[in-house]
Amino acid sequence: MAIVTPDKTLDTSGLNCPLPVLKTKRALEELQPGQILEVISTDPGSKADIPAFCQRTGHELVEMVEEGGKYIYYIRKKG
Amino acid sequence: MATERLAIIATKGTLDMAYPPLILASVAASLGVETAIFFTFYGLNIIHKEKVKQLKLAPVGNPAMPMIFPDSVKQTPVVGQIADVMESIFPGPPQVMGVIPGMTDFMTSMMKKRLKEKGVASIEELLELCKEADVKLIPCQMTMDLFGYKKEDLIDGLEPPAGATGFFNYVLAADKPMIIFV
Repeated sequence: MAIVTPDKTLDTSGLNCPLPVLKTKRALEELQPGQILEVISTDPGSKADIPAFCQRTGHELVEMVEEGGKYIYYIRKKG
Repeated sequence: MATERLAIIATKGTLDMAYPPLILASVAASLGVETAIFFTFYGLNIIHKEKVKQLKLAPVGNPAMPMIFPDSVKQTPVVGQIADVMESIFPGPPQVMGVIPGMTDFMTSMMKKRLKEKGVASIEELLELCKEADVKLIPCQMTMDLFGYKKEDLIDGLEPPAGATGFFNYVLAADKPMIIFV
């Protein structure tokens, strides 16, 4: 279960590299600093790519959950 | 902050070789790296209005190509069973199959189908994503002249055509220049 309440949810289920990362970037642009984006992905590559994206861009990866073949990320937009 | 500039040189005009430069460029740009792709030789086909729709997969001279059919084909009765048998016998399409008329188109359509079913973006979509992410798309002037491509033959939103010198001058102006050759 989610520990944090997202301000917005992005479902990238079925999409493969590099679409989850590119869509995550675009979705974060629409949020205010400090708001939380929930990203749902079915791409196993996202397990490495989303944390790398956050590390590089400075957004905070608050939580990462894996359940039923889905990878769910909670990202706080950098302030 | 030190400027980082990544330049990818795209020289191939087949479907499989069009993907890496566009994927790498769109991701690098979304990570905040200034990114450009220099399209030269057959790579120009990726940004050619008509030829981009006809990028193909070459079954000849491509021994690494696996024999794989899209899931939708494998789930079709009879055809799917034939596909399974072929996959189990051949590690890849036998090179001689390339001489069969229509084989290149067949392999290309199978690959396009599989890419779509796996949720991989099309080349046209990736070009749009690159443009949105401010990737500079630079056509090579010399090879445009060589193949007789005019500016209006190429897609919109490109940088002015450049030569090797202009390209290096642009990349090396950054504190951290990076070049990838595809």
